[in-house]
Formats: sequence, C-alpha cells, structure tokens
Amino acid sequence: MKKQAKFGIGIGIILVSMASLAWLGYGESKTYYHTIAELETLQGTAAAHRMRVGGTVQPGSIHHASGRTDFVLLGEGKSLLVSYTGKDPLPDSFIDNSQALIEGRMGSDGHFDAEHVQAKCASKYEAAPGEVPRPSGSTGRS
Amino acid sequence: MDVFGSFALLLAFVCALYALAGGIAAILTRHPLLIKSARQAGMAACALIFLATFSVVYLFVTDNFSMAYVASHSNRDLATFFKVVALWSGQEGSLLFWCFLMSIYIFSVLIAYRNKHGELMPYVGTILAGVQLFFLTISNFVASPFKALAIANASGGLEYYMRGDGSGLNPVLQYPEMIIHPPNLYSGYTGFTIPFAFALAALLGRYPGEKWIHLTRKWTMIAWCFQTVGILLGAHWAYAVLGWGGYWGWDPVENASFLPWLTGTAFLHSVMMQEKRGMMKIWNVWLVFITFMLCILGTLLTRSGVVSSVHAFAQSNIGNWFVGFLAVVLAICLFAFFKNRDYLESENQLDSMISRESSFLFNNLVLLVACVAILSGTLFPVFSEWFTGSRISVGAPFFNKVNIPLGLLLLFLTGVGPLLAWRKTSAESLKRNLLWPALVGLAGGVIVVLLGAASFDKVNIRIGLLLFLLSGVCRLLALRKSSFENLNRILLLLTVVGLLGGLIVILLGSREMFALVCFILSAFVAATIAVEYYRGARVIRARSGLSWLSSAMELTLRNTRRYGGYIVHFGMVMIFVGLAGQAFNKEVQKEIGVGGTVKIGPYELLLQAIDQKQEKNYVAERMIVEVMKDHKPVMILFPERRNFPTNQESGTMVAIYSTLREDLYVVYAGINQGSDVPTIHVFLNPLVKWVWYGGIVVVMGTIVALVAPRHAVLVLSGSKVPEAVAGFATAVPNSVATSVTLREGHD
Repeated sequence: MKKQAKFGIGIGIILVSMASLAWLGYGESKTYYHTIAELETLQGTAAAHRMRVGGTVQPGSIHHASGRTDFVLLGEGKSLLVSYTGKDPLPDSFIDNSQALIEGRMGSDGHFDAEHVQAKCASKYEAAPGEVPRPSGSTGRS
Repeated sequence: MDVFGSFALLLAFVCALYALAGGIAAILTRHPLLIKSARQAGMAACALIFLATFSVVYLFVTDNFSMAYVASHSNRDLATFFKVVALWSGQEGSLLFWCFLMSIYIFSVLIAYRNKHGELMPYVGTILAGVQLFFLTISNFVASPFKALAIANASGGLEYYMRGDGSGLNPVLQYPEMIIHPPNLYSGYTGFTIPFAFALAALLGRYPGEKWIHLTRKWTMIAWCFQTVGILLGAHWAYAVLGWGGYWGWDPVENASFLPWLTGTAFLHSVMMQEKRGMMKIWNVWLVFITFMLCILGTLLTRSGVVSSVHAFAQSNIGNWFVGFLAVVLAICLFAFFKNRDYLESENQLDSMISRESSFLFNNLVLLVACVAILSGTLFPVFSEWFTGSRISVGAPFFNKVNIPLGLLLLFLTGVGPLLAWRKTSAESLKRNLLWPALVGLAGGVIVVLLGAASFDKVNIRIGLLLFLLSGVCRLLALRKSSFENLNRILLLLTVVGLLGGLIVILLGSREMFALVCFILSAFVAATIAVEYYRGARVIRARSGLSWLSSAMELTLRNTRRYGGYIVHFGMVMIFVGLAGQAFNKEVQKEIGVGGTVKIGPYELLLQAIDQKQEKNYVAERMIVEVMKDHKPVMILFPERRNFPTNQESGTMVAIYSTLREDLYVVYAGINQGSDVPTIHVFLNPLVKWVWYGGIVVVMGTIVALVAPRHAVLVLSGSKVPEAVAGFATAVPNSVATSVTLREGHD
C-alpha cells in the first residue's frame, strides 16, 4: 500500500473514533441556556431538556432544608422557584443578590430542579461620573 | 504617584508607537541609526511599563482610595502582602501586569540580541512593539488602572473623591496559590509572544529556518514551563480552595489556558523534525502562530465573559478589542505566509509509516485533535447561538470522553516514539519472534477487560477493545519496520512490565478500565525511559568506571536536551498516574454534631469541637476533626469557613491530609440552617499527590533541558580515565563523542 494511504488510514481511524466519542459525549451533556422569561414558552421536548438558567437570587428567599436548598431566582422581571438537590456544597458566593447560574431540568409543577449552582459575587455598584448614586447605597460605600 | 504612573504608561504607549513605526522604517531603509533608535524605544517602553506597574503597587500599599481600582480591590485591614498582589486581582490591573511580564521578556530579548542576528532583530523588535502597542492601547484608553473616583458636586460638575475605605479583596483570592498562579500563567501566555515574533520575523525576512528555531527554542521551553506550572497551580488552587473535591472542571477559562499548552507541546516536538530533516516547516510556523493566537483567545475568553464561567471578570466590551486584535494578527500571518510561502518548502518527505517522524506526526495529530475538541466544546455556546439561536453548552462528559482516549494514545506514543529511528529503517523480518509479545499484550488486555466487565460501561468496553487493537497493530507494525536488533527484547520486557503492572492494579482492587490502561501504559513508558538511561549509563560506566548514579548524571549533562526531555516525559507519566486515580474517588457528606463520626475508606473522622477565631479582616470558624485509621489516631485536621465582614462574603479553607497513596480531603460545608447541625463533606481521592509531584519533575526536566550540554572528552586508550578528567567540562573543538547514544545523529 502506498505510504500516503497508510497514513491516511491511521489518521482516519483516530479522527473517526474521536468524532464518534465526541458525538456521544455531546449527547450526554448538552445543556441549553434559557432565560427565565423563555421558560414559560417552552413546550414538549424543549421543556424536558437539561438547561441552564441565569438570574439574581431574591434577597431572603434562600431556605436550607435537609438534602435540598430552595430559593427564588429573579430575571427580567420574572421569578422562578428553584430547588437545589445536588451533593456539592453551594458556592461561598451564593448569597442574597448574587448572580447565579443553575443547571438542571424543569420540574413537573413549575419549579426548577437544579443539579448544579454557580454563583458570582454580587456586582459592585460604582457611580459613573455624572450620575447620581442610587439611594440604596450611601455615597460612603460602593 | 497616580499621575506619575499614568503618565509613564502614556509615555510607554508613545515609545511603543515609535518602536513600531520606526521599526518599519528601519526595515525598509536599513539605516543603522533607525534600527538602533527603534530598539531603544522598545526598551524604553518596557522600562516605563515597569515604572507604571510599581506605581500601581505603591498606590495599593499606601491605601490610596481615590483610585477606582485600589478602592474596589483593597481595604485598610488587608494584609500588606495581599495589597501588593491585589495588582492582578481585577481586569485593569491584571492587564497592566500582563504588559509588565511581557515587557520583561521583550526587554531581555532586545538586550540579549542587540549586537547579534542583525538580519532578523529589526523584524522581531517591530513585531514585539506591535503586540506591546495593542496591550498599551487597552491599558491606557480602554481599561486603565489609573481611573480616579469622581462624584457629582453641588454645582452639577464632577470633583475628585476619596473613599474612607476600600471594598476589600475577594476572599477567594486570599490564598498563597492564588498569588503565584497568575504570574506563572501570564508568564506562559506572554512568553509565547517571543517565539511568535521570531517565527513571523523569520518568515517576513526570509531568515534561514534552522537558525530561528534554534534561537527560540529556549524561549519556547521557558514559556511552556511557566504555562505548565500556571495550569497546575490553578488546578491546585481549585482543589485546595474551592472545596468541590476535584482539580479540573473543564471550565472555559481552564480550557483556555490548556489550549496554547497543547499546541505549544506539539510545536516543541514537531520542531525537532525541522531541525533534523528540514520537514514540516509550514506546519511549524503555523503552529507557533496558532499558539500565540490561542494565548490571545485565552485571555479574551477569560475577560470578555462571552462564555459563562466561574472565573469570569465583570462583563464588558473589552472582548471586541481582543477579537479585533486577533483578526489583525491573523491577517498579518496570512499575508506573510502567502508572500513567502516558497521559503517554507520541505527538504525531505516522510519515508515510513513507522519512524521517529511519524511518531511526531501522530503526537501532533493527537495534541491538535484534543485542542480542536476542547476549543469546540468551550466555544459551543457561541457557535450554537449563531446557527440555531439557542445557547447549548457541553459539560465534563463531552471533554472526558474525547480527551481520555487521546491522552492514553499520547501516553503510548511517549513510550514508543523515542525507540523508533529516524527515516525508514531496513525492513526486518522478525515477524514471528516479535508477533507473540504483541499478541500477549492483546490477550492480556482482553482478559483485563473481561475480568472487570461487570462494572464497566458498555461503550467503554468497546472503545477500550478498539484501543487495544489499535495499539497492538501499531506495535506489530513497529516491530516489523524498526531495525534495532534488541528492540524485540526491549519491547517484550516492556510488555511484561506493563501487564505485570496491570495485574498488580487488579489485585489491589481497582476496576475502572481507562485507569487500568493508563497504569499499564505508564509502566510501559516509565520502563522505556529507564531502559534509555540504562543503555546510556552503562556505556559511560564502562568507559569511565563511575557509579551508576554518576554515569546517569554524566549522561544527562552531556545530552541535556534529550535526557531533560526524558525527565519531562517521566513527570508527565506521574501526572497521568495521578489523573487516573480520579476513577477511584469516594465521597461522603453528613451532618455531624460534636462527638459524631463519619467513615470513609479506611479512615474514621471524629468531630472534636468547633471554635471561632478573629483574624485581621475575617472571622474563622473551624472544625477540629481527629482522623483515625484502624482506631489509631493519625492526625488532626482543621477545615475552616472564613467570613469577611467588609464585603459580606465567605470563603472555605479545605483541610487536606495528603499522602502518595491518597488524599483525605475534608470540607466544613456549613451549618444546616434548619437544624443548626454542622455538615461535613469528606472526599477520599487516590493518587492526587502524583499530579503535583509530577509537575515538579516536569519543571526540573525543563531546567535540565535548558542547561547547555557538556562536551565529552576524547578517550584514546581503553584504560580507566581518572575521575578529574572524566568530570572536566572542556569545550574542545571537534571533540568526539564517546557515548553510543550520540551516534544516532540527534541532539
């Protein structure tokens, strides 16, 4: 066999096996991103997918029970009830008003079953030049 | 000091602009004074960046809360050490820090080669100035660390404002590992600018290929080493601080740092093909270009928030600037390539499927396929949104499925590659003698898989058998075409070592198949390296009468590139062994009161007490946990939660009892709000220490490879050479090598 063909076959085997593994891995882990507003409009198979939703944690809504944590996620004026049932401890940055990204599936009764929760620090507000600072924060703090 | 700093930065911008424009003029006119002044402008830009960076640090240390950056990343109670390193804790400061590290490289290059390589350096200096100019533009005009706080005053205008105290440093950053992770990683990222500049310069200036590769080799190895350390430190920080029990989550930012490492590794190997055989010139040049572009992409992904990640900085439109820069870089590379393509013609062709060249080719293929897979997976949300309108992300299962087999294949190549000869060797017909070791290997693999079939995923078994088949076939072909007389004996030894290793692993109770294959291959590669050292040291020992250890050291010092490379390979083997341990991780999460116990593996943990302690800027709440093994106390661990009152955040301090065999990893997960009982989360992670120790070995190997080799002394008679002469490092012209390993014609 010509050596080009031999190389081609060797490379081809590797690429084909990788492509099939990639396809399998993709199927296992693909996760759609939706906003809270979009969740209401999802129907059929789209509603049963694994998905990620981002939003802000409503202050005072975090309740810890044994084996799960419930909270309310706010985004674009809508709210979503979330139950986190994963094993990992919630991140330290998961507090009132933090930005959270939840991953899981929609439950049957309109609440969301989250398997993963990521949270980022509450965004620090700084007055831009020319703007009046928000009344909630005095000028002494950010 | 803030005015001084920001002015220094602005002046650096002007100098870089002159270095670029003057550099272009210098290339076109070849006027020696222009060349010199462009270079000196480049050096001045670097010095000014140093000054600007020091002034930001000064602002932090003196608690200057009139500066926005200082106010949002520091506070009075912060330990001084952390005030210094807060420089790179946010967007603007870390960009300036990037400029700082890049300037160290650029300054070194400009000074070291100021009187050499006159044909090449003007191009190099100009390209480096161009890159520097981009980052200075961002640092001066887009994300400046010298922004001052201002507030609207009574008459509606703006006036300067100084805050009483800052917001404090993110608690998650207040750890030693986090301090050294960005400097190392950035030193890696910025370091790849140097080989990129040399490659592009050589292409534009049609400079002889072997020379620029020889020049950049050391810089590439340094950048690669920093990148490796940076990635491992990031992993170690995630492990020790974030408290989820793992060290790699295929997070977009983690992947972003891994991509240039993959192409950088591919480049370090394929460049040998160009050195020895004048092949793969086009491939190498584009590999360096892509490595540099991936570095820019890496920082783009981290800073722009285009894909969501735990690491991301605040979202901003800074991403657009980086995309623009990437487009410009790509355009210039394409232009240079099409203009001077003929200069990159290969001198030789690939002769045989099984040869050193082909093993490098497969090495590159595996690394690049991994790179493409990780890049696609990381950017999948962006692409899927373009094409289908919805953002779809892929997670760890995708990355693991693709990268584990690729990693195993790479491990296999690491063992086989060094045994193969350059070019094609005369075809041996030792098929019958060499067939049965390969068959034994295949049979052993099948037995191993069948033994563990009950606990394996069906797909894994299929792929595993496929891999074994492939490796067996490769081994068969290798044994047919390669010409070492002793090769069949060596490969038999290696097969037996590998199988023995696998059997031991089965007997110890492990079941996961990929881990098993990994252990078998690791034993295979380690044996390969040991055999190489043995063969070389044996010759030196015979000629010089030194002990085995001294012979091995002498061997290494005579051929630092090759044997340093073997040490690096051994370090990588240790890392792979550590990674394979993940297949056997265990974890337990439980609420326990004081006096309660939790069991995991052979350990029993008893919660003795919970106490509180006030530190400078946080309150530490910690568990005192006694660890017992077989009812004998082993040690006491103190997992902690830290509460930072200033920014109302909390951090976790994981307690780890780490041995070579396994890590006992204990997290104080918090107090259950409902029942007021503390929750403890315990992991038993085998072999994790191998990853960190492997990293240290990789660094040591790189340092060895960077050292200039000794030249051997010609021995005229067969008598023993006195110790003093044997150890003497003489650079004798036309010195003759006494080691048989040098006969093969490389290194």
